Order: sequence, then C-alpha cells, then structure tokens
Amino acid sequence: MLEPKEREILKILERDAKATPDKIATMVGIPEAEVVSKIKEFKDKGIIIQYKTLIDWEKAGEEVVYAFIDVKVTPERDVGFDAVAKRIYNFREVHSLYLLSGTYDLSVVVEGKSMKEVAYFVAEKLATLDHVQGTVSHFVLKKYKVDGEILEPAQEDKRLAVTP
Amino acid sequence: MKDVVISDKVMNIPPSGIRKFFDLILSMEGVISLGVGEPDFATPWHIRDVGIYSLEQGYTSYTSNAGLIELRESIGERLSKDYGLTYSAQDEILITVGVSEGLDLALRAIINPGDEVIIPEPCYVSYKPCTILVGGVPIPIATDKTKFKVCSEQIKKAITDKTKAIVISYPSNPTGITMNQEELLEIAEVIKKHNLIVISDEIYSLLTYEGKHTSFASLPGMRDRTILLDGFSKGYAMTGWRIGYAAANKEIIAAMTKIHQYTMLCASIMSQKAAIEALQNGRIYAQEMINEYNQRRRVIVKGLNEIGLKCDMPGGAFYAFPSIKATGLSSEKFAERLLFEEKVAVVPGNVFGNCGEGYIRCSYATSLEKIEEALERIRNFVR
Repeated sequence: MLEPKEREILKILERDAKATPDKIATMVGIPEAEVVSKIKEFKDKGIIIQYKTLIDWEKAGEEVVYAFIDVKVTPERDVGFDAVAKRIYNFREVHSLYLLSGTYDLSVVVEGKSMKEVAYFVAEKLATLDHVQGTVSHFVLKKYKVDGEILEPAQEDKRLAVTP
Repeated sequence: MKDVVISDKVMNIPPSGIRKFFDLILSMEGVISLGVGEPDFATPWHIRDVGIYSLEQGYTSYTSNAGLIELRESIGERLSKDYGLTYSAQDEILITVGVSEGLDLALRAIINPGDEVIIPEPCYVSYKPCTILVGGVPIPIATDKTKFKVCSEQIKKAITDKTKAIVISYPSNPTGITMNQEELLEIAEVIKKHNLIVISDEIYSLLTYEGKHTSFASLPGMRDRTILLDGFSKGYAMTGWRIGYAAANKEIIAAMTKIHQYTMLCASIMSQKAAIEALQNGRIYAQEMINEYNQRRRVIVKGLNEIGLKCDMPGGAFYAFPSIKATGLSSEKFAERLLFEEKVAVVPGNVFGNCGEGYIRCSYATSLEKIEEALERIRNFVR
C-alpha cells in the first residue's frame, strides 16, 4: 500500500512528467531528497514505467490513423492468452493491447499512417495469427479525451478578475 | 422628488474597496489575477449534470421557504458526520441563497438598533456593512498582533452592555488562518460568560488543510447560541449557484425563515437539487480539488517568503496574506503598482479592515502555472 504522500508524488508526475523534485517537494511538503529517493524507488520497482509526452499529431499536421481492433482468440494450453498477446504486442504497429472480459478477448489499438495501412496490418498480420479466430475493426474518427486529458482547448476563465 | 433620494444609512456605507480595483483591471490585458475569491474549478460535472437534469425534468418551481427537505436532511447528516452536531431537518436548518443571505438573515433576526456586533478583522467585506444596514454597530477587533487569530482578551475588552453578537469566521477570508479546537474553546468561554450569540461563517470549512475543521457550534454549550452558516460555493466550486444554509436553534431559524420568506421566498430549486448531489456524492471530487489547493498553498507561501514578503502558512481557505511592510509601500500603492508594472492583480489588505494595512491578499484559486508566473512577476516588482 502506498503512503498518502507517495500517492501524491505519483499523481503529480502522472499529470506532469516535467515536475522537478524541488517543485514536487514543495507541493507535497516533504524534503527534496526524500522525493528524489522515492522517485528512484518507484522507477526501480517499475511503478513509474516511463516518462512520456502527450502529442496531438493531428494538430501537427501528421497523418495518423488509430483503430480499435476486437480480437477473438483461442487461448493456448498452459500459457492462456499471454502467449498470443505477446505475439501481437511485439508488432511495431500495435500501440496498446488489453485483455478484456466480454464478447471479445483482446482489444488491440493499431496505429498507422492511413486506413489502408492499418487495414492491411489487420488482414495480413493480425487475422492470420494462429489462435486468432476473428477480428472486428473500429477506426477512430475523433479523439475527445486521451489519458485523462481533454483535447478541446481549455475554456477561458469565466470569473471576474477580482472578487471578495 | 426629494433632493436626496438615497437613505442616509446607505449613503454612509463606503463602497467595497475591491470595486475600484476591478474597474482598473478590466481595462488591461495579460493580467494574472490572484484577486479572485472563488474556485478556479468549474463545478464538478456530476453536480452540473444533476442541475441540467432537474431542469429537463421540469423542476422549475418554488420550493418550501425552508428549502427541499431532502437537502436539509442531507445537510443534517453532513453536520452530524463531520462535527457530531444534531440539527432537526424539519426546523433547525434553513436553505439560503449563499452564505451572504444567511449572514444578512442572521443579523436581521437578532439585532435591534444600537446592538453591538464584535467583528474580528481583517475579515470578509460584508460583515460591517450588513451590520450597519440592520441598524447594528460593528465593533472591529484588530487581530494583526495576534497572528490573525482573535483571542479571549481582545473579545473581553470589546464587550459592553450593548454587545449582542460576534462574527467568527475560520478558515478566514482574507488571511487563510484557521483556529483549532483548543483556541476556539478559549473564546467560547468568554462568549458563554457574556451571553453572546455567535454568527459563525464556516464557508471555507471543507478547505482545511491541517487537521480537521472545528465547527464553532460543536464546542460545549455553543450549539444553541451559534448560527452556523455554510454552503457549497467554495468546497464544491458552486459560487454561481448561490446556495448555502444556516443551522441554529428552532427559535432563531424560525425568525430567519420569517425574513427569508418575505424577502427571498426560497433558493433556486435547480441549485437545491444540485446541492443534494454535491452532499451525497461529491465529497471525493471536492477532496481532489482540496488536494490541489493544498499543493498550490505550499508553492505560493514558499515563493512569497523567498521573495521577502513574509507570510505565515495558512491552514485553510485559498488565500495567502503576506506582509508587504518591507517594501515601504501602502497596501493600495503596492497593489496598484504591481498591477501596472507587472500585471499581477492582488487585493490590498486594508479592504478587509484597517489592520489589514501592510498586507495583500493573494488567492491561489488559480492554476499552478499561473501562480508560478505571478510569483516570478512579483519577484521582479519587489527587486
């Protein structure tokens, strides 16, 4: 179990990977050295996986297409879904992969430069894998919220500039 | 028509000192405001959703004067759970249009012309004018020498045979100062001894960062002499909904309800519906906002002290109240020059009472990025 201060450090970093130990120390109210050692500990334990940047590629004018692919698979003896998953997530085109409850087993998020490229990957690479029984592709038309961040421009401050 | 249209009473009340400042800022661009006395968060979505849904359902009518019973019951539960207080939802809780109305009703209900009301300063801008408007006489106590906490000695000195009530407001706007149970117990003694009524403005109760908020009404013997005022504006980021409540003994609530029914009739039904949602499901979302204020609080106080504007760590609300005495400027001059030279808006401390002179109020109900930028600009200004 995390201590409240530990959770707070992680929450701050989850929203802002650039938050410096000095700033985090002030925000949480503990010494900077303690923040540094906590962060190292989180990294070592694999609790902090990676520091990344959320980028709106569309805004940058890049062609990027995402599709959510529902995949039905036959689990393998002894290793269950994990072995199939491994065969899938190692493809560079696979952005994310989840094991789900419900009608389908795996949800694969595939990234490509065009619908054609993604469709090609699904047809040629994904659907032909052993144990894959069938796939259904859903192309992303618009992103509204990604990893907790709303992509619309922030609303302007509607408050009066000075109030009692 | 008579020459003088406006009543003497109103003529004699000075306009809020904040107003003058506000007009200045409107004419400028690129200003970072630390002058806002309300949350920078919009009301959590689940609460807004209930407000919208209530309109769709056709909840567009009056409610009973006292307010929806379901809301009063939820408030009763909250006061019982948080403070161990028992109030009857039936006749000891009144839904008001924000604490502002609650304050006005409380004063009107208990003050006869000439009655004195003790008001520790610096304090929220309405206490004095509202007291005057009901014919009372405000008796300010300066708390700048006692770390902005009112103490029993000061109250004793202010008491005369005309003293009827005292306004207590912690966590404080503008200082952010909180008082713990022990400190409050000490003043409760004096209040009991001199048979005063307490108007306790606890609108910032949820925004308490160190320990738990102590409601004045929860102190031994204080429940029946305290008019507890609280609401949803600050804790649940619902300022624009104008919704609050008063809890007190039957007799006082009946008197306040009498005035309320003739002047306000009731609080808006949509806001009452939303407030029920806030109480029943909103605490965790409120806590998220509170955690963020708490982080900003540490950043702004550290920053101000590093700049050389001495500031004690406030335990509640979302204000830092640093001293600007080291600059040799008056509060108003400081605020005015900071606005023109560095485009940062703060509120001069004297707006909240004479003893606030030499201080400024900096609200940290604004994003961390803006706070950091504002601190940088203040640093440039003070240099």
